[in-house]
Amino acid sequence: MSTTPLRLKELSKKEDLLTGGHRLCAGCGAPIAIRQIMLAADVPIVAANATGCLEVSTTIYPYSAWKIPWIHTAFENAAATISGVEAMYRALKRKGKISEEIKFIAFGGDGGTYDIGFQSLSGAMERGHDIVYVCYDNGAYMNTGIQRSSATPFGANTTTSPAGSVIPGKLQPRKNLTKIMAAHGIPYVAQTTPAHWRDLMTKVRKALEVKGPAFINILASCNRGWRTPTDRAIEDSKLAVETCFWPLYEYENGRLTINYKPKEKKPVVEFLKTQGRFKHLFSPENEHLLQHSQELVDREWEALLREEAMWKAEEEKEEQKD
Amino acid sequence: MGKVLAVTGNQAIAEAMRQINPDVCAAYPITPSTEVMQRFASFVANGKVDTELVTVESEHSAMSACIGASAAGGRVMTATSSQGLALMWEMLHIASGMRLPVVMTLVNRALSAPINIHGDHSDGMGARDCGWIQLWSENAQEAYDNLIQAIRIAEHDDVRLPAMVCLDGFIISHSIESMTFLPDEVVRDFIGEFRPKHPLLDVNNPVTYGPLVLPDYFMEFKRQQHEAMLKAKDVVLQVAEEFEKVSGRSYGLFEAYRLDDAELAIVVLNSAAGTCKDVVDEYRDRGVKVGLLKPRLFRPFPYKEVAEALSGAKVIGVLDRAESFGGFGPMYMEIASAMMSNGTNPVMIDKIYGLGGRDFMPEHAAQLIDELKEILDTGKVKLYKDYLGVRE
Amino acid sequence: MKGWRELEIGAVTEAGSADEYNTGSWRAFRPRWIEENCIQCLFCWIYCPDSAITVKDGKRGEFDYKHCKGCGICAVECPGKKGKKAIVMEEEGK
Repeated sequence: MSTTPLRLKELSKKEDLLTGGHRLCAGCGAPIAIRQIMLAADVPIVAANATGCLEVSTTIYPYSAWKIPWIHTAFENAAATISGVEAMYRALKRKGKISEEIKFIAFGGDGGTYDIGFQSLSGAMERGHDIVYVCYDNGAYMNTGIQRSSATPFGANTTTSPAGSVIPGKLQPRKNLTKIMAAHGIPYVAQTTPAHWRDLMTKVRKALEVKGPAFINILASCNRGWRTPTDRAIEDSKLAVETCFWPLYEYENGRLTINYKPKEKKPVVEFLKTQGRFKHLFSPENEHLLQHSQELVDREWEALLREEAMWKAEEEKEEQKD
Repeated sequence: MGKVLAVTGNQAIAEAMRQINPDVCAAYPITPSTEVMQRFASFVANGKVDTELVTVESEHSAMSACIGASAAGGRVMTATSSQGLALMWEMLHIASGMRLPVVMTLVNRALSAPINIHGDHSDGMGARDCGWIQLWSENAQEAYDNLIQAIRIAEHDDVRLPAMVCLDGFIISHSIESMTFLPDEVVRDFIGEFRPKHPLLDVNNPVTYGPLVLPDYFMEFKRQQHEAMLKAKDVVLQVAEEFEKVSGRSYGLFEAYRLDDAELAIVVLNSAAGTCKDVVDEYRDRGVKVGLLKPRLFRPFPYKEVAEALSGAKVIGVLDRAESFGGFGPMYMEIASAMMSNGTNPVMIDKIYGLGGRDFMPEHAAQLIDELKEILDTGKVKLYKDYLGVRE
Repeated sequence: MKGWRELEIGAVTEAGSADEYNTGSWRAFRPRWIEENCIQCLFCWIYCPDSAITVKDGKRGEFDYKHCKGCGICAVECPGKKGKKAIVMEEEGK
C-alpha cells in the first residue's frame, strides 16, 4: 500500500469519505477532524461511533454521510462495539474468510468518552484490541444542549453549570483524559487539533500503524457551545495550542514528545476571551477565576515540560553508557 | 447416536457452544452462568474451538461487543444471568432492532435487591419485550437441544433476530443429570455455515448500521420486527422437525402433559414442570383429571396453539416464578391473553412461587391442584393472585 | 415513501447517501471565490466541515453550494494573495 504524502495537493486527489449533506451545524469542528482522519488513512477503515452530535447528524435515515462501513449502537460503548468488530475481523482472518488489511476506529465526543463511555474505553484499551479510539472533545454535551461534562473547562458557562449570581459556571477543572489514557500503557496516545492538520494526520497514521490500541484526543470547536461565530473553529483551535490550553503532544510506547512549543506562550485569556461561555469570567469580581484558569493551564503545561525533560535526561544517560 | 454423560446444565451449555464453535464470544462472569464461559475459555485456551473470546469489562460491553461482532459478519454467542442481563438491557433492544442473530444462554437468577444468586425468572421475564426470541428449558438436555436449535432459528432468513435460551440457575445449571450429546459433526452439519447479511467487514460494499430513524420511518422497522417474530414461530417448528431427525428428540412450541381430557391445568415453565408432572401423575392415579402445559417458546408467544391446548380446561393454575408487583405474573397475563383471544373463558388463578431460589416441592404442586379442584367443585375463587410457599 | 415490506431490515443504510441531501439552503452568508486572488493553498478545502469545496487534479474549483452551509471558516483561513482574500462572504440573496 503506497502512502499519500501529507501535502494538501496530493491529499485532495483522494476521495472524501465523509460526504457533504450531513447535518452538523455550520462551522462545526468535528467533521473537519473526521475528514482529515479518513484522508490520512491509506487503508480501509471500519468505524464505530458513540451516540452524539457526529453520530446523529451524519446518519439521519435514509441518509448517511459515511462512505466507509460504519456502526452506531449506543452512547457509552463505541469502544466495546469496535472491540467486537475487530474480534470478528481477527476470527475471520484466521479462518481465511477475509484477506484485506482493515483498520478500526471508534469515534466519540467528550461525553461518550470522558464520562459515560469511560469504562468501556478503558476495558478495550486494556484488552489490547488493534483499534484507534478518537475523541472529538468539544468540552460539553453539545448534542443535548450544552451540558457540562468532565471535559468542560474550569469556569465555563454551560446549561448545567450556568454562570449564576452565586456560582460562576463550572467549578471543577477538566479531567486530563489524554494522560489517563497514557497511563494505560498502550502503544500510542496523542493530542491534537484539526487546525494542525499535518500534526493530526501524522498522529492518525502513527495510531493506525501501531499494533494494539491507540487513543487520540482532538479538540473540536463547537460554536453553539463555545458561543462563538461560525467561522472560528480553526482560529480558536490555534489559540488553544498557542496558550497551551491544549498542547500538541504524543506518547509513543510511553515516551512523551511535545510536538509544538510556542515561542511565546500566550496567556490563556487569549483563548477564553473570544468565547461567550467564558464571558462572565471577565467581570471584575471574577478576576481570581481567570487567574485560576491560568494556574490550571500552567500546572499541566509545566508538568508536561518536566516529564519531557526527564525523558531526555534518561536518554542522554543511556547514550553516555553506550 | 451421541454420547450419554452425566453433566451439569452449565457444562451441557458449554459443550453445545464448543460444538457450535462460534466466531466470537464476548462475555463477563456472573453467578450462576459463570461456569459456561469459564469452560468455554478453557476450550479456547486448548484449541478445542477457534473462537475469539473477548473478555470484556461488563455485561453492557459484552452485548455491545457481540453486536459489533455480529454486524461485522459472523456467528456470535454469549451467556449471562440476572444483573448481567439487566446491565445488558439497553443493548438487548439494539441487537434485535439491528436484526442481529446473536445467541445467548440465560441462566435464570433473581434480580436484586435484596441480592440473591439463586434461580427465578425475573431476569428473563424482564427482557420479555426486548425483541429476543426466548426458548425455555426444563433440564440440561432441553437447554443443550434448545441452544443448538436457537442458532438455526435466529439465523433463518425469515427471522434474523437474536435468541436467548433460558434454564434455571443452580437447580439446572449446577445439578448433574444424565443426558445425550450429539456427535460434533452432527451439530456442525445441523447448524451449517453462518451466512452474513451486509457484513461491516465487506469494505467494498460499505453500509451504515444504526442510523437515527425519526418518526417518518421508525414504525416501519418495528413492524418488520413484529413480522419476523410471527415467522419465528413457524421456523421454530421447522427446525424442531429437522432436529428430531438427527437427535430422535421431539420439540414443539410447548409441552402438553396429560392435557387431552384435563379439566384442571397447570401452566409452568422450566424445572418446576418436572416436579409438577410427578404430582400430576399421582392425582391422575386418583382419578383427578389434571394436566400440565409447559411453554417452550415464550417469545414469540404461541397464543393460538396454547389456547387450543388448554381449551378443555375449566380451571387453570398458572405458576409464575417472577413478580409483576401490583399486577399478575407475566405467564398468567400471557395465558389470560391466549384464552381471551380464543374466546374460551376458564377460571384462572396465578401463583407466585420459587422467587430467589425458594424450593418448589411436590407438596406445593399438590396444594395448587387441590385448590384448582376446590374451585371446580365450588365455583369459588379465594384469590386470583397469591403466593405459594411463603411464610406468613 | 417505502412501506415496511420494502425497507431493508434493521435500518441498514446505504453508505454516502447524504450526498443527495441539500444543506445549502441553510446559508445566511455565501462564500464567493475570487480566482485571481487564489494561490491554491487548499486550506479552504482541508478546513471545510462540509466537503463543499470541489477539487480537481490538486486544484480547487467552485464551491459546492448544494452542501456549503456558509460558516465562513474558508474565508477566515484563506491567506489570499498580496493581502487580498480569495474568498469573501456575502449575504445570501443580495
